[in-house]
Amino acid sequence: MSRSTNSLHLAIALDSAGWHPAAWREPDARPGELFTPKYWVDLIQRAERGLVDFVTIEDGLRLQSDHPLQPDDRADRVRGRLDATLIAARVAPVTSRIGLLPTAIVNHTEPFHLAKAIATIDYASAGRAGIRVQLDGTAEGAAHFGRREIQPLRREDYANLDAPGLRQRLRDSFDEAADYVEVLRRLWDSWEDDAEIRDLATGRFIDRDKLHYIDFEGRWFSVKGPSITPRPPQGQPVVAALGHAEVPYQLIARSTDVGFVTPHSAADATAIIAQIRAQQQAVGRAADTVHVFADLVVFLDREHATAVARKQRLDARAGAEYTSDAEIFVGTPAELADLLLDWHRAGLSGYRLRPAVLPHDLSQITDYLVPELQRRGAFRAAYEANTLRGLLGLSRPANRYAAGAA
Amino acid sequence: MSTSLKQIRLAAGFPGVNNTTVWSDPAAGSQIAFDSFRHVAQTAERGKLDFFFLAEGLRLREHAGKIHDLDIVGRPDTFTVLAALAAVTEHIGLAGTINSTFNEPYEVARQFASLDWLSGGRAAWNVVTSWDAFTGENFRRGGFLPQDQRYERARTFLRTASELWDSWHGDEIVADKETGQFLSTPAPGGFTHEDAHFDINGRFNVPRSPQGRPVILQAGESDEGRDFAATAADVIFSRYSQYDQARAFYADVKNRLPKFGRTRDQLLILPAAGFVLGDTDAEAEEAAREIRLAQVSPATAIRFLEQLWNTDLSGHDPDGPLPAFDPVVSEIGGLVAKGNAGARQLAKSPVALANQWRAKAEAENLTTRELIIEVTGRQSFIGSPATVAAEINRFVQDDASDGFIIGSHLVPGGLDPFVDKVVPLLQERGVFRTEYEGTTLRENLGLAPLGAVTATPVAW
Repeated sequence: MSRSTNSLHLAIALDSAGWHPAAWREPDARPGELFTPKYWVDLIQRAERGLVDFVTIEDGLRLQSDHPLQPDDRADRVRGRLDATLIAARVAPVTSRIGLLPTAIVNHTEPFHLAKAIATIDYASAGRAGIRVQLDGTAEGAAHFGRREIQPLRREDYANLDAPGLRQRLRDSFDEAADYVEVLRRLWDSWEDDAEIRDLATGRFIDRDKLHYIDFEGRWFSVKGPSITPRPPQGQPVVAALGHAEVPYQLIARSTDVGFVTPHSAADATAIIAQIRAQQQAVGRAADTVHVFADLVVFLDREHATAVARKQRLDARAGAEYTSDAEIFVGTPAELADLLLDWHRAGLSGYRLRPAVLPHDLSQITDYLVPELQRRGAFRAAYEANTLRGLLGLSRPANRYAAGAA
Repeated sequence: MSTSLKQIRLAAGFPGVNNTTVWSDPAAGSQIAFDSFRHVAQTAERGKLDFFFLAEGLRLREHAGKIHDLDIVGRPDTFTVLAALAAVTEHIGLAGTINSTFNEPYEVARQFASLDWLSGGRAAWNVVTSWDAFTGENFRRGGFLPQDQRYERARTFLRTASELWDSWHGDEIVADKETGQFLSTPAPGGFTHEDAHFDINGRFNVPRSPQGRPVILQAGESDEGRDFAATAADVIFSRYSQYDQARAFYADVKNRLPKFGRTRDQLLILPAAGFVLGDTDAEAEEAAREIRLAQVSPATAIRFLEQLWNTDLSGHDPDGPLPAFDPVVSEIGGLVAKGNAGARQLAKSPVALANQWRAKAEAENLTTRELIIEVTGRQSFIGSPATVAAEINRFVQDDASDGFIIGSHLVPGGLDPFVDKVVPLLQERGVFRTEYEGTTLRENLGLAPLGAVTATPVAW
């Protein structure tokens, strides 16, 4: 059952006290509770009341830093974070409709562990789990694991990721990420749905012909399978990635269901989507749905001037004007609705909104932006599906290993 | 309540991947649905048990080159199912088995610290190390460890994780909105560790959790394993549930503690134990026999036999005598069964064991299946609730254990009769809590608080 193509999808990107470095000092911020479960339950239940498709939860295997590559030794910023996958698991039983996409760093971790972790959240949430995959390209991150040398990116490299020299290194990293996602997907399919038979006559609990070795062998790792966890309720939990350049767009096109991108205009969005669609064509996934969501950092207040003043106050407290890889929106929920609908026409499925301050900007989204979009007929009035795939209009896929599967 | 009586510690093991979990019973529910885990954990909490315990196996077991299909197959991920259970329980400890071979300290330390935060101080870690290349095939860290290095690996892994947990002292987060100071120090979480297994340095990124670190469980059996547990564990998860063996093990391990500078109450010894209840002892015995028959089906009896004989016995009659020929001895051992610790035990001296089994079968006139039922996993406590409560209490008061990790044969309802019928009797005797005493698992187990973090590393 498909909804109107005019309907937007909305996700909320949660990161500690919010995306602005001074967010934790705002009046309604709860900086002393960032490591408590109640903080995360409150935020995600609030997002669920706003009927958004899913939340993402940022993570990392390093202490946060304003510097992209090394610690910044700042005592005036939020530092320290909980494992995002475990936050998602903790929230799963106390939410009922919203999708849960933790972030996982894939170049230092085991796909076998992550596959069963996400499958388990899918069970605990009755079909609302996904994963956002991310790479850590720093020497600092590598030193926490001590298993591989990483030639770190330099700060200036970030401005020019499509430069030829960088491209091969990036390609290798993203190829590894693609292998990782391939292993996740194979492991999720490594049990057919009806593998458990409990056959009293023969004494067999499972039909082992319906369990499959995945026999993945790649450049960076090999994984035998099958998973120790049966196929999750959604069959394939949702996979997402954020990209800013051609090589990451390839990963989005070949491996994910949802790509997060950072256009700064509708024309920008059109161009990025064209690249992703071309990549899908190139890897034979033209027929698959790959949703493209634009990331936006949002500072929202009922009065435009209030939002502007609030951002100025935050910037002053942070000691610098806030910058981001994503477009920064400052204004009213109605103004944001205008922008969302305008860019939507460029072919975006939806948006991943990064609240500058939690819970303030999240509340502005759920209490004002969502009703505004509903009034304009552009957003759901109630959750229309029980699973995340369902909310995203993705069917439950056939198992690649089942007899008769393509 | 008499102060001279020892207080019993009880945990609930989730019945899982082995033949003792009966799936053929009409009351047997899902082994993977979250509701099954919720039911067992909430039942255990209703009974004021100390913790919920989850085992782990990172590769599906195989038999004769094929996935073993007679027992329960399939389980959840340990960390995420425990984090989800933290949402539906308030007091009970959440103990997970996590392998130190196919993980890295930085990741495991932050997962346990996160679980401890997300459960309000209820996390526990059963530290295990596997050494088989068979399981390694599922991992990029695919190699395996020579058996003689496994404690060394576990020890260094745990020491490294402890250094990471201790890298935050607990007073770093100020979060003062007025002054703008979030941290009391600009560079928290610093660590450097270098040994034969791990060469890592940097900054740990999870602040010190409510318990400081998870409660540590260990299954020490060998001399080396017992020493490891005596130095580094809070709880030993032991296999000795027979009274005499259990007392000897208890005395041995507790006597090791002083030489590592620890007191006898700083390491709890909890054997795994199954139970079967009946209105009378006779009824319980009858129920236990029925359960054993369900646990050891004719096909399962043959699989067990094949594990020891190390060859295909699919044509053997389970209701006939044991094979007359000797087991096939192979250098590697366990050609038939893989990913199965029990089978590895059998492979140690197969011919001698086969002779023992044959002698027993002959003396007691047992068929193959009856023999397997006799020599594998009989329930520890069988009887009326009064009998079982008295026996558990006898073990604890006689220093054969400090309590038990209780298993049942049925998911999800198998623990219910224990909580409904045995726990109240223990409470009446004044040997088991009626309310949780503390907020953290550590407090509820009566373990001494961790000392303040010091700059000098722990001596092990």
